[in-house]
Amino acid sequence: MASSTSAVASGKSAWDGGASPMGASYGKLMMWFFLLSDAFTFSALLITYGLVRSSHKAYTGAVENFVFSQDYWPVPERVYEAVPFLHGVELPLVFVGIMTFILIMSSVTMVLAVEAGHRMDRKAVEKWMLWTILGGIAFLSCQAWEWAHFIHGAEYGDAVAEGTTFFGANLVHNQYGPPDFAAFFFFITGFHGFHVFSGVCLNFLIYYNTVTGVYQRRGHYEMVEKVGLYWHFVDLVWVFVFTFFYLV
Amino acid sequence: MDHHDENAHVAVIPPNKEKIKKLWTVAGILGIVTAVEFVIAFTMPHGPTKTFLFVALTIVKAGYIVLEFMHLRYEVKILFWSILIPMIFVVWMLVAFVYEGFQISVVR
Repeated sequence: MASSTSAVASGKSAWDGGASPMGASYGKLMMWFFLLSDAFTFSALLITYGLVRSSHKAYTGAVENFVFSQDYWPVPERVYEAVPFLHGVELPLVFVGIMTFILIMSSVTMVLAVEAGHRMDRKAVEKWMLWTILGGIAFLSCQAWEWAHFIHGAEYGDAVAEGTTFFGANLVHNQYGPPDFAAFFFFITGFHGFHVFSGVCLNFLIYYNTVTGVYQRRGHYEMVEKVGLYWHFVDLVWVFVFTFFYLV
Repeated sequence: MDHHDENAHVAVIPPNKEKIKKLWTVAGILGIVTAVEFVIAFTMPHGPTKTFLFVALTIVKAGYIVLEFMHLRYEVKILFWSILIPMIFVVWMLVAFVYEGFQISVVR
């Protein structure tokens, strides 16, 4: 195949070895294909969520009159309306908006770290990587609070058949809607949160290497670019999870 | 740990103002699209139109993240298509399976 961007001797194919037919190094290419496979995994989970959710009845009344029930899937802005330190105040989707802002900002600081790496600007790489790590830790803390509040329950519970009122969520029952609602919430946000956590760990390793001068000695900051790809992927997945769980 | 002094004489290229500005512009676009999504969330009643709008705006955001932040727009075309074509497959699956789910709700 004739590839205009790889330098090969005439008569030799670009795929015979010794060249980069896709214009990227081995490590970068493998990260791209790993991310593609991870995208399949998350797509499978989200598509399953889409199928199960659309197989349940949806709430058809006015949003103001909504009450939790096992019979229909809940309206998201009535489930996710709590904000830390503001107990009892109903602020639908505000907290998840803050979380989205934090993660997108950490993606911006990551891309600035990559850009600094291209210029061999070690101090700038350190600065921007540190901000990215802090953003990741902030996001994880927010998600942990969100889970804790979900499990603990809202101001009013869900009336159970025996006449008692149930609050929050456990392994079999949740106050907000059918059991599938809690199951998918925990599984998908948990799987995403696990990726954020591993991303923070990787970012910290690369930050440490940057501070001790490993990449300066190596002559390039391509490793920052590679973990940058992973971190952007984590942000990308969140954009989809945010839409399908909190908006739709 | 004092070894990093010997690296001090690697010349740092000064930042390209245009590139940095472009990155912050994309960040701004992502912020504005998210704000529009929030406005739609609180002004439209739930339904297929609203869902379609959300999915479309999310794909716009995904596009900016993948093409600009992950630099895919500037990579060799074969890498670009290796990533994009399988994901088109996924979009088809999403539409097909949500439709199946809806059919299940009709039968239930």
